[in-house]
Amino acid sequence: MKILVCVTSVPDTITKITLTDNNTKLNKAGVQFITGPYDDYALSRAVELKEQLGGTVTVLNVGESDADPVIRKCLAIGADDAIRVNAEPTDAYFVAEQIAAIAKENSYDLILMGRESIDYNGGQVHGIVGEMLGLPSISPVMKLAIDGSTAKITREIEGGHEELEAGLPLVLGCQEPIAEWKIPNMRGIMSARTKPLKVVEPTGKDTLTHIANYELPPARGACKMIPASEAETLIKLLRTEAKVI
Amino acid sequence: MSVLIFAELDEGALKKSSLEAIYYGSKVAALTGTSATAIVLGEGKADELAKAGRFGATKVLHASDAQLNEGNAMAYASVVAEAANQEGADVIVLAKSSLADSMAARLAGKLKAGLAANVIELPDVSSGFRVKRSIFTGKAFAFTELTAEKKILAIKKNTITPEETEATATVEAFKPALNDTDFAVKVTNVEKASGDILLPEADLVVSAGRGLKGPENWGIVEDLAKALHAATACSKPVSDLDWRPHHEHVGQTGIKISPNLYMACGISGAIQHLAGVNSSKVIVVINKDPEAPFFKSADYGIVGDVFEVLPRLTKAVQEL
Ligand SMILES: Cc1cc2nc3c(=O)[nH]c(=O)nc-3n(C[C@H](O)[C@H](O)[C@H](O)COP(=O)(O)OP(=O)(O)OC[C@H]3O[C@@H](n4cnc5c(N)ncnc54)[C@H](O)[C@@H]3O)c2cc1C
Repeated sequence: MKILVCVTSVPDTITKITLTDNNTKLNKAGVQFITGPYDDYALSRAVELKEQLGGTVTVLNVGESDADPVIRKCLAIGADDAIRVNAEPTDAYFVAEQIAAIAKENSYDLILMGRESIDYNGGQVHGIVGEMLGLPSISPVMKLAIDGSTAKITREIEGGHEELEAGLPLVLGCQEPIAEWKIPNMRGIMSARTKPLKVVEPTGKDTLTHIANYELPPARGACKMIPASEAETLIKLLRTEAKVI
Repeated sequence: MSVLIFAELDEGALKKSSLEAIYYGSKVAALTGTSATAIVLGEGKADELAKAGRFGATKVLHASDAQLNEGNAMAYASVVAEAANQEGADVIVLAKSSLADSMAARLAGKLKAGLAANVIELPDVSSGFRVKRSIFTGKAFAFTELTAEKKILAIKKNTITPEETEATATVEAFKPALNDTDFAVKVTNVEKASGDILLPEADLVVSAGRGLKGPENWGIVEDLAKALHAATACSKPVSDLDWRPHHEHVGQTGIKISPNLYMACGISGAIQHLAGVNSSKVIVVINKDPEAPFFKSADYGIVGDVFEVLPRLTKAVQEL
């Protein structure tokens, strides 16, 4: 089983977003970067499958050198090697092009990634990669089992889930509870230092979207407190004041 | 040229979010001086197709092949791409959903289209084509230029309030070429709560967290939801603990919702939770801890015990 896991390097989920340069840039000062939480699920499942079935797990990131700590952590969790396409991940189409180019060079049985990156929430890279490679893509995947050359998949839908079967190779966008997040241990961290991280230059430069500037949401007004002893008042206010019920 | 709207059927009826997308699409068409065409896939009732006209479509393309009854992202993307080419549509609009999201991603690959997800306003077409979209799960917005010839806009719920008119649409049968490779993924089983209000579509949501202490206590949450005709939701630990099904989990790593009313009961208001719900119009927080961070992001708050407050609220709703 040859697995490619595509990961993003994103601001920690507890980050308070602030802007600089006249609201044209996100302020990275003091921001801690982590592996995309959905990508982390994908990686954890990939490592489990490798332990079960043998094979290799390669981590791929499209990003600049500031993503290296995130890549090393993926290696510490159990990936065997890593590739970084040395470019700013400007938009989904561009990132998908890079992933597809790497995938064409090395035939993988599974290409896993998170259902979406938690920064831009696009959720499109798996689908575009699938199109570019002529492979099925499925997202969001909550369970994945491999039976010979067939994948058995549970995909979340509104109000429930569906069970799917498809032949490998496949491109999957993953989410919980596909696996438990893995925490690197000391041995993993030591060995990650010497595992190969290959840096390659990008191919193509198709970007189809461009962010002109950013805005932060307006603060909510003050919270109107209602004493618990008059809880019923809330329902009245929701009808007459907020007009939502 | 035209604006093409991907309108989704659910058990033969147009989804509410799709009516919003049709209305939005008709406004984009008006802005760009063209007309709005809706594409509907799978068998659907005639009066449902006509509804698209009342929400702003001047034409409905109906691909009624029974093979398309089951939502299949790959086949749907091929059909929508064919329709977009036939209609010369440069802008494709859809409402976010588990099917539409997967379809849109494939479509972006097929058409080499710029895709903006979580769009929350009508585009600015005064110079170029610029949309406002929600990023960082609602923690910020990005004004994004779509520079490719083809553009796909995936709109978030409550982006626009649709107005129904008496207008009618012409319905045309659409017979796309279906290819086997698009049916390579087999659906072996579907499990879906029936009759319930689906969380992403719901206008009102009652949500509960670890403060409920255990799954056996969800009756008081469900009673309030039922009285309000609301959907139920939960925090991540609640679904991690299997107290509630995973598809109810909202937040940064769960479902992102933007209902008219979000009522959070026994939820502390961690930043990851807020991220998934902060674009709700009105937020109510019920928590016994006056210091719970959620109160800072709420419009109405009650400091109190959910076990006492929720039954009283249910009764008050029933007496409305
Ligand atoms: C990477 C990452 C991603 C995450 N993604 C998400 C996500 O998508 N969604 C999400 O929800 N969380 C997410 N979390 C978890 C998040 O940080 C919080 O741990 C979680 O939201 C807390 O859930 P809770 O409010 O139900 O529980 P708690 O934080 O335990 O809060 C329970 C609340 O109930 C109140 N309470 C207790 N008893 C009563 C009572 N009788 N009456 C009234 N109030 C009572 C307490 O005062 C407390 O405020 C994520 C965490 C990480 C690290």
